[in-house]
Formats: sequence, C-alpha cells, structure tokens
Amino acid sequence: MNLAIRDIRYHLGRFILTSIGLGLLLGVVMSMGGIYRGLFADALTILNITKADIWVVQQNTNGPFAENSRIPEDIKYRIKAVPGVAEASPLSFQTIQIDRMDKPLRFFLIGYDLNGFGGPPVILAGRDIRQKHYEMVVAKGMNMEIGEKIRLGLHEYSVVGITGKVVSSSGDPAAFVTLADAQDIQFKKDNDAIRNDRERIGANLSSIQALSPSQTKFLQQNIARVTESTHTVNTVVARLAPGANLKDVQERISRWNHYRPISVEEQTRILTKGMIEKARMQLGLFRIILLVISAVIISLIIYTSTLDKIKVIATLKLIGSQNRVIVGMILQQSLLMGIIAYGIGYGLILLTYEKFPRRIVLEPFDLQMLFVIVVAICVIASFVGIRKALKVEPAEALGG
Amino acid sequence: MGKSMYAIEVEKLTKIYGKGETAVTAIADATFQVKPGELVAILGPSGSGKTTLLTSIGLINEPTHGKVVIDGAVVADEGWTPGFDLKRMRREKLGFIFQAHNLIPFLSAIENVMIALEINHLSRPDAKSRAIELLTSLNLGHRLNSYPSALSGGEAQRVAIARALANKPKVILADEPTAALDTENGKNVMDLLKKLAVENHSAILVVTHDHRMVEGFDRIFQVSDGRITRES
Repeated sequence: MNLAIRDIRYHLGRFILTSIGLGLLLGVVMSMGGIYRGLFADALTILNITKADIWVVQQNTNGPFAENSRIPEDIKYRIKAVPGVAEASPLSFQTIQIDRMDKPLRFFLIGYDLNGFGGPPVILAGRDIRQKHYEMVVAKGMNMEIGEKIRLGLHEYSVVGITGKVVSSSGDPAAFVTLADAQDIQFKKDNDAIRNDRERIGANLSSIQALSPSQTKFLQQNIARVTESTHTVNTVVARLAPGANLKDVQERISRWNHYRPISVEEQTRILTKGMIEKARMQLGLFRIILLVISAVIISLIIYTSTLDKIKVIATLKLIGSQNRVIVGMILQQSLLMGIIAYGIGYGLILLTYEKFPRRIVLEPFDLQMLFVIVVAICVIASFVGIRKALKVEPAEALGG
Repeated sequence: MGKSMYAIEVEKLTKIYGKGETAVTAIADATFQVKPGELVAILGPSGSGKTTLLTSIGLINEPTHGKVVIDGAVVADEGWTPGFDLKRMRREKLGFIFQAHNLIPFLSAIENVMIALEINHLSRPDAKSRAIELLTSLNLGHRLNSYPSALSGGEAQRVAIARALANKPKVILADEPTAALDTENGKNVMDLLKKLAVENHSAILVVTHDHRMVEGFDRIFQVSDGRITRES
C-alpha cells in the first residue's frame, strides 16, 4: 500500500495548493533561465541574421553595438576589393523612440543596401522593400500592420512587410529601411538648419585671414556638400569567399588607417562578455537564490508535513512497520510534490513565455538540469523529515 | 524459541527513569504470567506505573531490570536481548489497542487493517480479504471505505481492534481502550475483547483505571506506586 499516495489523496486540496505555489516558484526559476538564455539570443540576433564574417568599424572602437562607430559609406568599395572578400555591404543602426497611439514605441532601425545584405532575414507577411525610399519592414514584435505609416525624421514611412523576431542587443524590436533612408533619418537636417549651417560656416570662412579670397569663395560654394552629406554608416560587413583566410583579410584591412576589422567571434565576445555580462550574472545569481528558496520551502513543507504525521509514524512503528515504509512515504511525497510542481511551472512557462516582453529561450538542457536539481532538492529536503521520523519513538502513539 | 505454556512471562520487571537522585522507579519487581486465551486487567490510578508495565511488555520501553518472555522468546533479560528483532516481534506476535483509536487518518477502515497485514508481508489480495473478514465480524462491513473522521468513537475503536487482531497475535495489549468512549461503547469494547480472548486464544492484557470495565476478566492486577499490590 502506497502511504504517500493515500496521504496525498486524503489531503488533496492542500497538496495541490502547495504544488501550485511551488510550481509558480519553479516557473519563475525557469523564466529566469529563459531570460538568461534570451539575453544571449537577443544580443546575437543581428550578428546571426547578417551572416557576416567581418565587421569593419571605426578604429579604436568596439562598434557598432557596444560603442559608436562612424565610417564613410564608400569604404565598402575598398573592402570589396580586398582579396578574399566575396561581398561587402554597409549597415546603419540607430535606436528610435516615437509616440504611437499615445504610447512610446522604441525600436532599433537598421538601414541596409538593397543590393547588399543585412536586411530582414525572413518576410512573414507583406513583401520585402522594393523602392529606394519610404518603405519599411518591421519585426513582428512591433505589433504594426502592413500599410501603417509612421513618421521618422522628415518623412513618413509605410510598413510593407513583417519580419520575424529580430531584436537589438537590448531587446528592442528591429525595423528595416533602405540605407539611404536610414542615413536621412539619422543625419539629414531640415531646411532651416541647413540654411543656418551655411550662414554660420560661411561667416567663419570669411573671417579666416589665412585663406585667399578665391579659396574662401570655393569653400563657400561647396559648404552644402560638406554639411549635407549623409554618406556615413556605422559598419561595413563583409563575407569571405570560400577558402579565404580570415586573418589575412583582417590583417590587410587593419593596415589602413581609421578602421578596425572585427571577426564574428570577436564581435560575439564583445556582445556577450561585455554588453550583457552584468545582466547575465545578475540573472544567474537570482536563479541560485530562487533555487535556494525553493529548497528551503520544500524542506519546510516536508518537515511540517512530517510533524503533522508524528502520531501516524509512531503508530506505524508500534505495529512493527519497517523504517523503509516510513522513509518511502516521506521521500515519495517530497518527490511527487517536486515533480508535480515542476510540471506546473513548466506548463505555466510554456503557456506564457511568448507573452513576456523580453525573449525567453527554453533550452532543453536547462530544463533537464533544473529537473535534476529539483529532484535532488526534494531528496535532500526529505532527509530533514526522514531524520525527524526516524527519531520518533513508538511510545508516542500511546496516550490521548 | 522454546515452547512455553504462557503467552507472557514477566519476572522481577523493573523500570527506573532517570539516574542518581532524580531516579524514579515506575515499576518494581513485577512478576506474573498470562496464558493464551486469558483476559487480564491491570488496574490502578494515574501514575501508578500500569502503562510503563504495558509498554515494557510491548517492547516499546526497555526494562531496567528483570525478564520478559513473549510466546517463549526471551525478549528482555536485564535489558533487551542483544540482536533480537523487536519490530518483527511486535509485528508478528503483538497487537496494540490504544486509548485513542490511533487509526491512520488518511486510510479508510479497510486500509487501516490492511496496512498491518501488508507490513507483515501478506499479499494485497490476501490482506484485503482478511481485513474484510475481520471488519465484517466486528459489524463494520458497511463502513469498510469510511475514513476514521467519519466513524463514531465506538466504530473507530472496533477498527483499531480489527487492526490489532489482523496478524492473529499471541498477545494483545490494550492501553485504556475505553477511556475515550461512553459507558455503553466502553462496555461493548470490553465484551468484544473477552470474546476475542476466547475465540482467538490470545492473551489479552488491558490497562485501565476504570473498575466498572473489568467485570468478567479472568484476573485483575492492582498496581499502586509501581508495584503489583494485589491479584484477584
């Protein structure tokens, strides 16, 4: 006769409520693990969808994600010409926050060359960008509809397509526009600002005594080219030809002044070790604390439940029950509670993880490890109850 | 284990709690024998040592001095017999009935009886049929699946008696079995014990402080201040 099952059946309400409570706690532990993994996945999303081998950024920076990086767009031609490089494409990144339906909408805007790569990895609805201007593809997480228009900078942009779960390293959903549009949004000034710049710079040039009148006139005539140029990008990404040597290509680009070629491994390290390290450690610590709390709670529940059964245990001992019957009852109850709570926590997370504002990645390995830890906690926690039970004297069954 | 004509043999049984100046003698030099089928009462006021005597015979409380023999097996002789399996002895030879019924609250009446049989290695079907047989014989056939909380005091005590009888013990030890019952139910329980002593040929030792309940017992030991003062 299984005493653990009989006891649970008799106190079913209490057992279910306890398991639900513990299940919610384990659900939080699982979600913490999922957020922990999600941080990695988010941080590396753009790196992964771009499928570039080298990220060329401004010299002495860890750009374009960890630090600002600005390089001229036309460097792409030089990079393309490097032996071993199959293709190169400029990319522009910026975080934008606008008001949409009276709520702040924050997203990561990616500008890409329609003839290059680095654009939306997949189109779930609508189509890809076909025109050079005023079209955008947004990530599903932005909750926008095809045909919806939003104002960015000086112009309105229409949503023409929906892509998958593309997010920035900080978890903001991504939107894609053409590189020219992204540069306009980032750098183009309105007419008043342009006129003001021309006047101010023109006046400054006139006051420079070292310039001859002809030089001053030439510079004034070309102010517009200097002040209105938007041909700056944050990075140029390159893919290598089959068989090309990464180190050789990096070494060659490094020889040029002002640029730093970062391999995808280095970029991964910058993103995971630098940018999300503290958040990762914080979450890791939270998980450990929650597991310790779970262990304490399970121990207390088992201990309290054993105290409730002192008379039962004493009676069992008095009628000659073997210790294994009593140990089995406590251990099985502890394990059942842990396993059912794990199931409740898992079910809860499975039902809700897509609704979390940040990505939750449920790795089978993490879930299996947590299961093993929960089982171990239950076994260890039950020792507290078992120790108490084994000390119970049969004589305690006597008396009123 | 030699054959003995007694189910219980107690010789100069002494139990002392504590040591030195704080030592308290709960029972001193108790000597008696009980034959199979005999119904014996130990009568005495609270604190007289009757429960200590019962627990020493029930292999719960180790005697300080003296000898206890159950069904021919020397279980204690100046302390427990080394290597003796007390649990097994309790399981196979002894049946206990308590003041409160002490049924396991999360087991039904039938399961409360079956558990005593199953821990004695009886198969589940055999345990079930034996439990049904016992409970039916005690007029509890209609209460097989009732939990203790749904049973009356008298019914619960009869289930406890059925559990005590489950393994056909040689000795049944009852500690104030009527204390939690009204007079009528108390009398019924005592009548039942008398009947069982004869039918099952078990030695039944009942501890009580209630003189009214020991009518018709084969022998009555009066206990006072830890000593058996009178046998009638």
